[in-house]
Amino acid sequence: MTHYIVLSAILFTIGCVGVLVRRNAIVVFMCIELMLNASNLALVTFAKQHGNLDGQIAAFFVMVVAAAEVVIGLAIIMTIFRTRRSASVDDASLLKY
Amino acid sequence: MTLQTIARAAEGHEIPVVHPIAADGVFSWLWLIIALPLLGAVVLLAGGALAKGALDKVGHWIGTATAVGSFALSLTLFVSLLGREESERQIGQHLFTWFQVGGLDVGLDLLYDPLSALFLLLITGVGSLIHVYSIGYMEHDERRRRFFGYLNLFVAAMLVLVLGANYLVVFLGWEGVGLASYLLIGFWQHKHSAAAAAKKAFVINRVGDIGLSLAIALMFTTFGSTDFAVISEQTGSASQSTLNALGLLLLLGACGKSAQVPLQAWLLDAMEGPTPVSALIHAATMVTAGVYLVVRSNFIYELTPVAQTVVVIVATVTLLWGAILGCAKDDIKKALAGSTMSQIGYMMLAAGLGVAGYPFAIFHLLTHGFFKANMFLGAGSVMHGMNDDVDMRHYGGLRTYMPVTFLTFAMGYLAIIGFPGFSGFWSKDKIIETALAENWVVGLCALAGAGITGFYMTRLMLMTFFGEKRWEDGVHPHESPRLMTVPLIVLAALSVLGGVLLLGDFVVEFLAPVTGAAEHHEPPLPAIVITLLAVAVVAVGVGAAWVLVGRREIPRVAPTEVSFATRAARADLYGDAINEGLVVSPGRSLVGGLTSFDRFGVDGVVEGGSAGVGGLSTILRRVQNGFVRSYALSLLGGVLLVVLALLAVNLA
Repeated sequence: MTHYIVLSAILFTIGCVGVLVRRNAIVVFMCIELMLNASNLALVTFAKQHGNLDGQIAAFFVMVVAAAEVVIGLAIIMTIFRTRRSASVDDASLLKY
Repeated sequence: MTLQTIARAAEGHEIPVVHPIAADGVFSWLWLIIALPLLGAVVLLAGGALAKGALDKVGHWIGTATAVGSFALSLTLFVSLLGREESERQIGQHLFTWFQVGGLDVGLDLLYDPLSALFLLLITGVGSLIHVYSIGYMEHDERRRRFFGYLNLFVAAMLVLVLGANYLVVFLGWEGVGLASYLLIGFWQHKHSAAAAAKKAFVINRVGDIGLSLAIALMFTTFGSTDFAVISEQTGSASQSTLNALGLLLLLGACGKSAQVPLQAWLLDAMEGPTPVSALIHAATMVTAGVYLVVRSNFIYELTPVAQTVVVIVATVTLLWGAILGCAKDDIKKALAGSTMSQIGYMMLAAGLGVAGYPFAIFHLLTHGFFKANMFLGAGSVMHGMNDDVDMRHYGGLRTYMPVTFLTFAMGYLAIIGFPGFSGFWSKDKIIETALAENWVVGLCALAGAGITGFYMTRLMLMTFFGEKRWEDGVHPHESPRLMTVPLIVLAALSVLGGVLLLGDFVVEFLAPVTGAAEHHEPPLPAIVITLLAVAVVAVGVGAAWVLVGRREIPRVAPTEVSFATRAARADLYGDAINEGLVVSPGRSLVGGLTSFDRFGVDGVVEGGSAGVGGLSTILRRVQNGFVRSYALSLLGGVLLVVLALLAVNLA
């Protein structure tokens, strides 16, 4: 069991660091997916450990939300890329102060 | 019907209760006495928009006609009143309900009794004469119609004041005369001094009015009414402290209107108004309203010896104060104004002496109304001939150039100094006699005042009508037109003959239903000795004036190397300086302090707070830098913080 949790933690950390250090919007996006799936892994692991289905159901919900989020997120990234010719998240910094 | 009275155990005499009977017959026209001048004022002041040209031509005649009409009516009513039984001489007329608020039900009620009857004759009679005089005096003023409108407004308000049957109606008239006085003092408002004098009179009068309005409020809370009738019945049951407060508050009101110390400073400045105004408002009628108020409120004052004593003190101080001012002024109108203040002091003194004094206060008020109006109009006539110069040092030797003015003025002069036989002799003598009988210190002060009166009036006469000509270049004195001299002659006749009112104690007995009858206090000296003493003191004053003024050459410019007393008197005995030091400066400092506190204290807290929040937000908004990754970092930081907090709580 512990291995699953450790793997989940490693994956989550990689995703987290990725979001913080990478500039490319697609990569950031992928890192977010990585974190989601890391938490899914943790949920399923805990569900197995406790012997009930709550965690698995939660994992399903996360997947559904992630799918929807991917659709909208990619669409936004596409639109920004078309107008600004850039996929860098630091370039999209007009909404400030 | 018998006269209802309050038995006053301590003193043993009775205070009459105001108990009017409904007006009938000729008395039902009482309201018209007020309505006539009021109508005149409305037509003259508001009608200008409709028919300016026509009204400018006949306006002064309309104004005069309404005043004369009122006088005719007053005379008719007076004669009818004389024909009635003494117990039926209080007549009330209810015009309409003025307002009704909770327990306060105030009607526009009029009361016609011997006191208001005499006032009516004085106001409308002298008022009519002054209207006639003004036709000539204001002939070359392009705003003559407006002047007559204001005069009519004044007469109407003054009539409301003396005819009101409750204190609120009196207050209505009280404020009305204040307004008219303000408008007329500042009639030549293009002169800065006139505008300032009007404002000064108005502001100082407000101080007195606060006293009167507080007195009215106190009456309402104590008696539940402001009617003379109700209050005079119930004063016996009120507590002594309430009565004292009422008496003192009413006195404050009277001080403001009658220019008594400490609210005297406005009267001399009020001489900036046209001279007929000074004669009518600031000599004969309005300034005596305070005396009227005290006499009318006799049912209060009789029960409060404290307030009566204060009235006597105020009056004595004022009568000497005004007399001293009169000695040093070179402006003929200001000298007369000082004299007015002093004479009103005499009336107040009599009024403060109680039942024995009331009739003589009113008697002196009437005779003073005659001779002072006479002299003011005479002064106006002199100014008319001297190109509106008021400085007596520029007069001299006018008696042959203005014979009518001189002779009529001389009648007023003899009356005011109390030359035996003239009206002022009778009235002032009675007051001195009563004062001596009640309190010899006050009596001696009154006696000294009579001597000073003799001095300053003789000085005024000598400087104006006798001696060498000290005229300005290009001045050609001439007698005034008939329209101005006829009122002078009538008033001079009244100044001489005013004493007939005392024949057979007419005034005393006539006023008895209002003021009550006095038990006779024996003066410390026989009456004839007092009279001779008074005449002797006056003779000393006149002689002193002859030695100091008449036999010396009068410099055309007032000498500056003079004694402290003269300097003090020229500066109105530092009345303005006292006001400045005691009221104006502290008031200004207080307001300055409050403004600073508001600016830096209250505003400082509010504005400082908002500035602090604004500065903080300026710093905080820098956090919103637009970089998604830094937001993510703060999110992570937040989550870690929450997790750590949860762990800390759970593990603890």
